[in-house]
Amino acid sequence: MSSPTANCPSCGAPVTFRWSSAVQTVCPFCHSILVRSDLDLKKVGTVADLPPDPSPIQLMTSGTYNNKKFDVIGRIIYEYEQGGWNEWHIVFSDGTSGWLSDAQLQYAVSFLVPSAIPLPPEDQVTRGQRLTFVNIPFEVSTMTMASYKGTEGELPFPFYGKTNMLFADLRSHADDFATLDYSDSSAPMLFVGKTVPYEALQLQNVRQFEGWA
Amino acid sequence: MSSPLVGPPVAKTKAMYCPNCGGPVELRGFGHALTVVCPQCLTLLDASSPLLKILQEAQAAQSRRTPLIPLGTRGKWGGTTWEIIGFQTRAVEDEGVTYEWEEYLLFNPYKGFRYLTNYEGHWNFVTPVESLPERRAVGSRPAVFFEGNLYRHFSGAQATTSFVLGEFPWRVQVGEEVLADDFVDPPSVLSSETTSVEVTWSKGEYVPGSEIWKAFALPGSAPRPQGVYLNQPSPYANKVGGTWGVFALMLFALLAVAIAYGMLSRGDTIFDEHYRYSTADTGEPSFVTKVFEFDGRPSNLELTIHTNLINNWAYFNLALINETTGDTFDFGREVSYYAGSDSDGAWSEGSQASDAIIPHVPAGRYYLRVEPEMEGSQTPAEKPAVATPPAVATPRSRLPGKTVFYEIVLRHDVASYGWFWLAALLLLIPPVYSTIRAAAFETRRWSTSDYPPTSKGG
Repeated sequence: MSSPTANCPSCGAPVTFRWSSAVQTVCPFCHSILVRSDLDLKKVGTVADLPPDPSPIQLMTSGTYNNKKFDVIGRIIYEYEQGGWNEWHIVFSDGTSGWLSDAQLQYAVSFLVPSAIPLPPEDQVTRGQRLTFVNIPFEVSTMTMASYKGTEGELPFPFYGKTNMLFADLRSHADDFATLDYSDSSAPMLFVGKTVPYEALQLQNVRQFEGWA
Repeated sequence: MSSPLVGPPVAKTKAMYCPNCGGPVELRGFGHALTVVCPQCLTLLDASSPLLKILQEAQAAQSRRTPLIPLGTRGKWGGTTWEIIGFQTRAVEDEGVTYEWEEYLLFNPYKGFRYLTNYEGHWNFVTPVESLPERRAVGSRPAVFFEGNLYRHFSGAQATTSFVLGEFPWRVQVGEEVLADDFVDPPSVLSSETTSVEVTWSKGEYVPGSEIWKAFALPGSAPRPQGVYLNQPSPYANKVGGTWGVFALMLFALLAVAIAYGMLSRGDTIFDEHYRYSTADTGEPSFVTKVFEFDGRPSNLELTIHTNLINNWAYFNLALINETTGDTFDFGREVSYYAGSDSDGAWSEGSQASDAIIPHVPAGRYYLRVEPEMEGSQTPAEKPAVATPPAVATPRSRLPGKTVFYEIVLRHDVASYGWFWLAALLLLIPPVYSTIRAAAFETRRWSTSDYPPTSKGG
């Protein structure tokens, strides 16, 4: 994998991209949010100090899904009235990218489904609604209004400063998992994947917790 | 990565102070807790706020319950270490009676949250379920299908949180109500909790209290469970199949023994003689047979009397006498046979033959003494005195009387199968007993459900 490097337009520090398709990253020195077009970096904001966060996953954590190795290279932190969750941006060795979500230590891996499928508009999604995506019968199980709380590392799209975004989580009778993401309400996104037990991810380089060896 | 930032530092537990009473409040769940309860004054605090904002005023001191497993206790379950970080009691009310159970929140910073529930000594290890169990029905009753198993609806009721202690990764309120439904497939239970905004599912596995005591190294012993719990595995259900299996095996073995026994028995006919008896005969009716003998191990002797009786009966007083020792075995056999036909067709009653088994007769020389009797037989008192021979034959003695022809057959070392049937019957006792016990256990289980079994079998 090539590692394109550029300088932070804010502080001048070198910024390395670990994933060639990354569109956004955060300068590890001055915490500027940098959006890239080719190798031209533009500062669009600054990440406030991230709140203390209990996820065992961190940038540089690696793991396995479907017998394929992945590395964690970025994340989006969301918050809502009942807490928060992390969407960790993961990149597989073949260059494909997906998301490892950690919601109160319940884990799921999902992938963006190309928008060939018509998705219901934001105001036509209700809890209990049945929807079939990629031949899997789903049911909308939770609807969450969330806000952006911060980002870290490299992301496949520019993402900053959003509030009141609707997320509809969908479940099947098995371990299928899907999210309808209305963070851009004019262009909803669909992610489909599986819920995964912690052990199955075979995570390495996880965080340490005091008193827990 | 060349970045000077190498990720967040090691996460630490936090100690804070209660804004209500000033006492220390410990947070064990790192950043996960949303609600924490002050252990001193029982005030519910917002664990996500920097200074622990008060969420709900202190619970009344008299509502305080002491968890059987203290907060902070760690134990190993399924190879994973779990720490008890929260405790709540919840209650349902049914016809004026309050049923309350305990819930312990278990935490592991990598694997998340699990629960232990306890109702009157019945424990469950509970795991959150992320998929949606499929709703089905068994007859008119609701059921759900999950991971290849069918769970039958047991009960549904409004459950109210009655007491909380420790910390929780969600907003807890005392007095909060959810609709709690249980679906059972012992030893598993699938539970759903329905609020206005969501339905959450979890799966419990019934666990003996003693295993919890061992896993969490608790002092003393687990309280004895009371009654039968909704997903308590039946101590009989698993045994029913086994006892029938053992029965089948034993019956098979018994059959093999019976066959071997039948093959080993010689069953030689050692005596076969024909006789005639008539009530018209004068003189002593009893007589002794010729001597017969047999050798080998002491074994049984089967005596069979075949007669030509019809619509009549005969009684045979018999004695088996050892010629050498004089040992005598007295017995008797009645033979009666009646037959005819009426409006219902032909009928018959009794048999023209009878047999007897004399067990364990040692080898030797023997003879039989036989004394037949029939209706019209002269009792000794009626017999004409020998001392006064009649000058002329009495009219009675000239009557033809009743006559029976009979044959006595003796066989030695005969296979007899009465013991077989008795043994088979005894073997039936355990499986029949366990089947009845299993049914009674299920009746007790379902008697506390929304579908109590009725005596009418509803």
